Amino acid sequence: MTRAKLPPWLLLLMPAFLILAAVVLVPLLLSLYSSFTPYQLTRPETLWKINFPFNYEKALTDPGFWKAFGRTVLLLTIALNLEMLLGLGLALMVAKVQRGQRTLRTMMMFPMMFSPILVGFMFKFIFNDNVGLVNNALQSMGLASTAIPWLVDGNLALFAIICAEVWMSTSVFAILILAGLFALPQDPLEAAKVDGCTPWQSFRYVTLPFLMPFIYIAMAIRSLDVARAYDIVQVMTGGGPAKRTELLWTMIGRTGYVDARMGYANAMGYIAILLSIAFTVYFFLKLQSARRELGMGD
Amino acid sequence: MASASQHRLRKRLLKAGHFIGLFLAMCVITIPGLWVVLNSFRPTVEIMAKPPVWIPNSLNLDHYRAMFGGAGQGGIPVWTYFTNSLIISVTSTLIALLIGMAGGYAFARYKFKGKAMTFVMLMATRAVPGVALSLPVFIIFGRTGLIDTHLGMILVYVALNVPFTIWLIDGFFRQVPKELAEAAEIDGCTRWQAFWRVEFPVARAGIASAGIFAFLTSWNEYALASQLTRSVSSKTMPVGLLDFTSQFTLNWGGMCALAVLMIIPALILTFLVQKHLIAGLTFGGVKG
Repeated sequence: MTRAKLPPWLLLLMPAFLILAAVVLVPLLLSLYSSFTPYQLTRPETLWKINFPFNYEKALTDPGFWKAFGRTVLLLTIALNLEMLLGLGLALMVAKVQRGQRTLRTMMMFPMMFSPILVGFMFKFIFNDNVGLVNNALQSMGLASTAIPWLVDGNLALFAIICAEVWMSTSVFAILILAGLFALPQDPLEAAKVDGCTPWQSFRYVTLPFLMPFIYIAMAIRSLDVARAYDIVQVMTGGGPAKRTELLWTMIGRTGYVDARMGYANAMGYIAILLSIAFTVYFFLKLQSARRELGMGD
Repeated sequence: MASASQHRLRKRLLKAGHFIGLFLAMCVITIPGLWVVLNSFRPTVEIMAKPPVWIPNSLNLDHYRAMFGGAGQGGIPVWTYFTNSLIISVTSTLIALLIGMAGGYAFARYKFKGKAMTFVMLMATRAVPGVALSLPVFIIFGRTGLIDTHLGMILVYVALNVPFTIWLIDGFFRQVPKELAEAAEIDGCTRWQAFWRVEFPVARAGIASAGIFAFLTSWNEYALASQLTRSVSSKTMPVGLLDFTSQFTLNWGGMCALAVLMIIPALILTFLVQKHLIAGLTFGGVKG
């Protein structure tokens, strides 16, 4: 009986390991293998031709790929930092309110219910140059004389995408930071006041260090799903105009499904996967060290 | 005296600033959603009006009627999409919860070597971008005939939800004092009985909210669903939204109507669990 020898925790985790191995790990191995081949969906026999560094070489020497890669990192950096700052501000404002706070908290969760693809369509409509909410508001207030081509100009389109992304995810940060503010012990704050700290100082040296683990939780949760932006971009611009909003993910999707060059798409996919996993592992390690600092670790 | 009145003025200004800031933030958060709801009730002429019509003149159910009314009038198989979404989301959530409960219990109650590493590895599987994962899954499902079936989508969503469910449920089990279960075991329960009679009831609300989170993830997922579903027989609602687009035009009204249909279940469920959800995420994270 080998079954009896398994420690109980392993037995309990086994179903999770099995399903993840079947749906994530094995496909990832296949994709690793196929990224070594010139596999094309339309020509199945190409799966057996190994041509190792070819796809990676092609990706790494393609300026389009590097542009998409840089844009993805840029988008993530701007979006995550903005979300964090706005979420912190929002949480601080909401925490100050005494009456009607529950209603405000409920309103804050509103964007979390929206499917990313829905957010994409919504902001495509809002930033539509002809009938969109933004242009209409700007024009009727006299701030802009002609329609601004939000989704047609490359930089403006990236701005619109960041707006959508920030709108969707700020509430995750706000809610978790708010939870941190509620758990904030009052004694050190009062001690700081007695010692003559200015409100800014007590925020900077007492509140913020205590909030850091909560900020890292939010970052860790977000990093699990950074590629959600794919849905938004796919809908809002489809990587256009002229590939100026192309992200790693839309590029992979197009190469794999539209051009049917699966091998090449998988090679780029692997680079995207490693990028995401690096993000996740980084924030989880940060979270663990922040926890240890507060003495809450295991 | 001067400084006292100045102080008071500053305080009042701060208060006004706080109020205005909060008001603006809430406007930004809610208006896009309300705009969608409003547009679903008014005629296309008004949606496309220029200059814009801020206050609607007439509200009607035309878009809903068109959506539900067969193919001829611009309708799409809404009910089929709705049931597809419901079957796939509910089944995958239930399975993910069972697996997540086992896993969460293991993390909360047992000590083992490499626990932190195992945890991070589990989470890392969740970080794989949907579109990158969809390529190999597409190839495998294509070979095994799982493509465009409910079963295939359920399998994928279970795997997608398991890591996060484990994280949340782990946090909830940690909040149950160990002594409770130990007392039950001393009273003659087996560990299995102690789990169902003591720990499970205490953590039940938290587990429910983990379930709702998993449900919402499956309900809203697009990147994988758009590639792994091909026809009406398994398309989910987020993929169905694209039925309102054609090469150069978009049926905004119809799309808004379907969007409202998608949001309603999500809205109800989120409100039901918001409190537990916040508690679960922070406990699981901070005290983990």
